[in-house]
Amino acid sequence: MTAPLASPLPHALKDAAITALIAFGLAAPMMGLVTVQVGGDLALEQHWDRVAWAVGIVFVGRLILNLTLWRPGRVRTKLAVSPKLEARLMKLARWLAPAAVVIAIALPFLPGIERYQIDLGILVLTYVMLGWGLNIVVGLAGLLDLGYVAFYAVGAYSYALLAQYFGLSFWLCLPLAGLLAAFWGVLLGFPVLRLRGDYLAIVTLAFGEIIRIVLLNWYWFTGGPNGITNVPRPSFFGIADFVSGKDGFAAMFGLKFSGLHRIIFLYYLILALALITNYVVIRLRRLPIGRAWEALREDEIACRSLGVNTVNTKLTAFALGAMFAGFAGSFFATRQGFISPESFTFIESALILAIVVLGGMGSQFGVAIAALVMIGGFELFREFKDYRMIVFGLVMVLIMVWRPRGLVSSRTPSVFLKEKKAISGALVQEGHG
Amino acid sequence: MTAPLLQLAGVTAYYGSIAALKGVDLEVGAGEIVTLIGANGAGKSTLMMTIFGSPQARDGSITYDGQDITRVPTHEIARLKIAQSPEGRRIFPRMSVLENLKMGAAINGFAHFDEDLGRVFGIFPRLKERAQQRGGTLSGGEQQMLAIARALMSRPRLLMLDEPSLGLAPLVAKQIFSVVKELNERDGLTVFLVEQNAYHALKLAHRGYVMVNGRITLSGGGRELLEKPEVRAAYLEGGR
Repeated sequence: MTAPLASPLPHALKDAAITALIAFGLAAPMMGLVTVQVGGDLALEQHWDRVAWAVGIVFVGRLILNLTLWRPGRVRTKLAVSPKLEARLMKLARWLAPAAVVIAIALPFLPGIERYQIDLGILVLTYVMLGWGLNIVVGLAGLLDLGYVAFYAVGAYSYALLAQYFGLSFWLCLPLAGLLAAFWGVLLGFPVLRLRGDYLAIVTLAFGEIIRIVLLNWYWFTGGPNGITNVPRPSFFGIADFVSGKDGFAAMFGLKFSGLHRIIFLYYLILALALITNYVVIRLRRLPIGRAWEALREDEIACRSLGVNTVNTKLTAFALGAMFAGFAGSFFATRQGFISPESFTFIESALILAIVVLGGMGSQFGVAIAALVMIGGFELFREFKDYRMIVFGLVMVLIMVWRPRGLVSSRTPSVFLKEKKAISGALVQEGHG
Repeated sequence: MTAPLLQLAGVTAYYGSIAALKGVDLEVGAGEIVTLIGANGAGKSTLMMTIFGSPQARDGSITYDGQDITRVPTHEIARLKIAQSPEGRRIFPRMSVLENLKMGAAINGFAHFDEDLGRVFGIFPRLKERAQQRGGTLSGGEQQMLAIARALMSRPRLLMLDEPSLGLAPLVAKQIFSVVKELNERDGLTVFLVEQNAYHALKLAHRGYVMVNGRITLSGGGRELLEKPEVRAAYLEGGR
């Protein structure tokens, strides 16, 4: 700075006072006046102390900000991560992913891990898997799908109904549920082939609701709002059930019976399913079909003029994404032992989509982190009750401000001349974000 | 004369109820550079997209190498060894240069990918330097090179270029045109060039067509058209 600036205090005070006035205007009717029922009538209760607190906090907060962060002439340090640091983080990330897998495998046997933590792990992994599945559709193929939970529901109901009516086992139903979900994915894919962006989003949203409402109203078949109870638990690969007694899993392996065995087994099952999903997606990305998905996301017309059959490309993306949701769905059914349309509302689709977007579209590692943060965070803030949605929204807004392309915004190319080199997202802003 | 490689007869195309092409006859012979010039909104780009089947022609016929392709879907036309560098380049901005090129080679199943890659890197050394960079970070000229290189990766017989000089510095545009000329002379590549830059396009082309309001109004040899007073008035002096 060259010229000494005049004292910033008067300006800061004035600004803070104006803000406090606005805060008063907002707080007075919303916080100051509360309607209460007195006998049969409504009465207004006045809480001017609350208003005073709110106005006070806003005034002091704004004043402090004005004198520190927003001080005129303050040299702004860039909030963004420097390229050098980013490169270092990228290197770290290469080790982080395998390390995360190792931790995930060891988790049930780590000290201090009890049933609650394993249950939470199962929940997080389910969403990791769903996120990876949706990543095919949204992250790679660029098809905004707001009804992804429909395929999750198809998978769950496939297993529950097949088990209920035909007595089929989980291990037989798992692939069937995937196939059925993929079939529904294609079914949804056909009518929406010509749609993109907002229009596609609306139709997929409607599709998700249709599935849920059909499940809700098809009373004699699906049980409607009562759902399906007593969905069979999975056996140990069809060899033994997780029951006490001579034929149980514990007896067969010479262990002392514990209810935890099944939980641990379920944990490893979803871990394996999630890792398979990850492996398939990573492999597909390097194959022509995966590249065609990404090219489709970038430019459909160019794709077609390069000989890409966009119909098949879109349908495979829908089908594969749906298939993994189907697997996850049948796992969900067998874990819960009870399913109802309640579990497959739009908020689930939104949550999975948020995981994909926050994680960085197309980034497998980012999606896993986002699922951990979102689902784990949701549990962590359980004490805040009603406020956790606010905390949550705030965190999402902050992430999007800090990293508009998601947590992991770099994209590793799928073809190389010599060595791998990830292209940092921050370095290449071409405005297509 | 042998049958032309690409032949359009009475082609019409519509956007909804608006006629964009009102009966176009045009021929591109094997080994030729043919250019189509015209003002904004004349229907040049529509014609090129119609050849590629989007939008499909409503009437008339498009024949390529003896085969009627009027009703063939776009992605199958691309498999007939027709390659296109569309208007506005349409490279894949978030994919690397190498991935863009790989997309171009998908049609022939990467049969001779390395060989073709070496060839286009020979033509455009700049792309080799930037092979791992994202397409969207290239300069306009480099993006145009990439669009042409991507089209060449499928080993086309017919290369269609839509306004390759659009938005480029004159020197870069010149460089692009000289590459086109070289590809034509050395490899015998047939080129159909849609351009606003009438002077350069006509100088380069063997033959040219002038399009006004969805119709071909003039045709002839490239140099011959360049001399015509009506062409000079409308597209050369008028534009300056």
